[in-house]
Amino acid sequence: MMPAIRRLSAKPWIWSYLGMTLVWLATTIHSGGTGGAQVLTAALSFATFTVIVGIGQMFVITTGPGNVDLSIPSTISLAGVVAMKVMEGSDDLLVVGLVIALACGLAVGIFNYLLIRILRIPPIIATLSSSFLVLSTAIAYGRGLKIKPPPLLADFTTAQVWGLPILALVVILFAMAMSVLLHRTLYGRSVMAIGQNMRAARLAGIRVERVRFLTYTLSAVLASLTGYLLAGFSGGASLNMGQEYLLASIAVVVIGGTSVAGGRANIPGIWGAAMFLFLLVTMLNTFGASAGIRLILTGVIIIAVITTAGGDEPQR
Amino acid sequence: MLTAVTSPKFLRAALPGASFAILLAAIFYVQPRAMSYFGLNLMLQYAVPIALATIAQMFIITVNDLDLSIGAFVGLTATIGATLVASTPLLGALALLAAIAAYGALGALVHWRNLPSIVVTLGMSFVWLGVAVLILPTPGGSAPGWVKAIMGLKTPWVPFPVVAALVIGIVVHVFLMMSSYGAVLRGAGGNPRAVSRAGWSLLKIKVIMYSAAGFFGVLSGLSLIGLTSAADAHIADRYTLYAIAGVILGGGEFVGGRVSPFGAVVGALTLTLTGSFLIFLKISPDWQIGAQGAVLIVVLALRALIKRREV
Repeated sequence: MMPAIRRLSAKPWIWSYLGMTLVWLATTIHSGGTGGAQVLTAALSFATFTVIVGIGQMFVITTGPGNVDLSIPSTISLAGVVAMKVMEGSDDLLVVGLVIALACGLAVGIFNYLLIRILRIPPIIATLSSSFLVLSTAIAYGRGLKIKPPPLLADFTTAQVWGLPILALVVILFAMAMSVLLHRTLYGRSVMAIGQNMRAARLAGIRVERVRFLTYTLSAVLASLTGYLLAGFSGGASLNMGQEYLLASIAVVVIGGTSVAGGRANIPGIWGAAMFLFLLVTMLNTFGASAGIRLILTGVIIIAVITTAGGDEPQR
Repeated sequence: MLTAVTSPKFLRAALPGASFAILLAAIFYVQPRAMSYFGLNLMLQYAVPIALATIAQMFIITVNDLDLSIGAFVGLTATIGATLVASTPLLGALALLAAIAAYGALGALVHWRNLPSIVVTLGMSFVWLGVAVLILPTPGGSAPGWVKAIMGLKTPWVPFPVVAALVIGIVVHVFLMMSSYGAVLRGAGGNPRAVSRAGWSLLKIKVIMYSAAGFFGVLSGLSLIGLTSAADAHIADRYTLYAIAGVILGGGEFVGGRVSPFGAVVGALTLTLTGSFLIFLKISPDWQIGAQGAVLIVVLALRALIKRREV
């Protein structure tokens, strides 16, 4: 028993699941034991979107200090708005919309990387500048947009079997595939090697720039996929639909046990952290906390988690 | 002579001022009536709070960190200014001091646990916003009379925003660029280990720089409500981006403690003008943020060009 506990507590992702369970228990007890299952279903549904962007952000953050993608929110909005406008609520154009949404992501990713590479500016600044442009494009393109998503997309993103959202199941499989990508492929191992020591990785013959290019593109494409699905899930795209995912994408990576200094990543933790964040808000809602208190606690908890998970010693 | 003017060093230093001058000239060309005391005052009045927020961000960037919460913080100080400072000045002053102290504590936390500043400040932006919403749930409040009076000053000859920007630039320049301790503060961004080996406390430096950022955040919030006369928790959400962009436009580097207070102020002015320029060109406000992003990218591209020659 004891060795099992010790082995579990050494896993970086265990804390997010522990937090998630505690918050869920507190909520369920407070509401007198009713609705616990529904809350979990809702958490699974909403966490799905955070997980998809979180995985992209995780790959970016893992490539080392200073690497972070701040263009995720505007990419989500752009992809959602463009896809809705292209599909115009028609099931026939479902695939076309998806392809175009992903193309938006691809374009943003390539643009981000070019800024980083050609202008030699830190990724934070590069993705921030490009997010201005992307958001403006979304605003100009999507003025007065009120288009319902195609019924098939809406059904797919909200369908459930025995209380389990289908989309969540698909994304769990997707997360497993990404886990294989991270731990078992040349690309994934390269990402971690670069995060641990970029110079050593380069000297060891890893094609650093190609890996960084793939990573920023992957992150943007996953953000655009989220935009497409989220627009279907919430009955249409809106210009600020991506807004909350700036903090969320970074927070789930950090809370999930991925090292912010890069070089160490972990995918199961992202699911736990995404569920934790949603359940936390649900708990504060059932406790009757006001919007202000909810915001304050969200911020404080994120800072508390990163303070305890703590600063890795500087790697250079 | 010519070689001195085309030297990378000179070009680098001239870039912020040149971008501002070109933009101003373009505005005068499109709309000659803007070329007046009143026109400049109108176009640049919001440059004052933006310049102050930019200076705040610059302090953080000097020590190689980045502050993603300054917009929310300015929003908080604006709500405090429009409520507590106006109704019970003593309590208001205490609240603002507490906010500055909290910023300093943040610097201590970032240093002590060696945390990435962007995650910590992103989390703090929620805290600032939450407190602001608690203080002022709906837009409202009213700015204290003296704040409005200062912001409404009619200075002779030169419009107030220009004078204010100049004063801000000079004060910060003297403190950060000309004092001996200012050199140590910037050194902490350039080579923290060397500064710490030389016997300076890095913890103290971070606390000072974060507190200075908090102080200028407070000034930014107060000057903002001096213009709007009411406040809202979300009033300055965009300032986070403005402040980062302002520092960059002003020639600041992201690492290494290479910053320029005058540049940052000029950067803030340039950013404010971009908005007016688009309006004069009758370009839809939809593209306002995009244009600011584009200006940013162009300036960074120019700088990359100059840098290539510097080596």
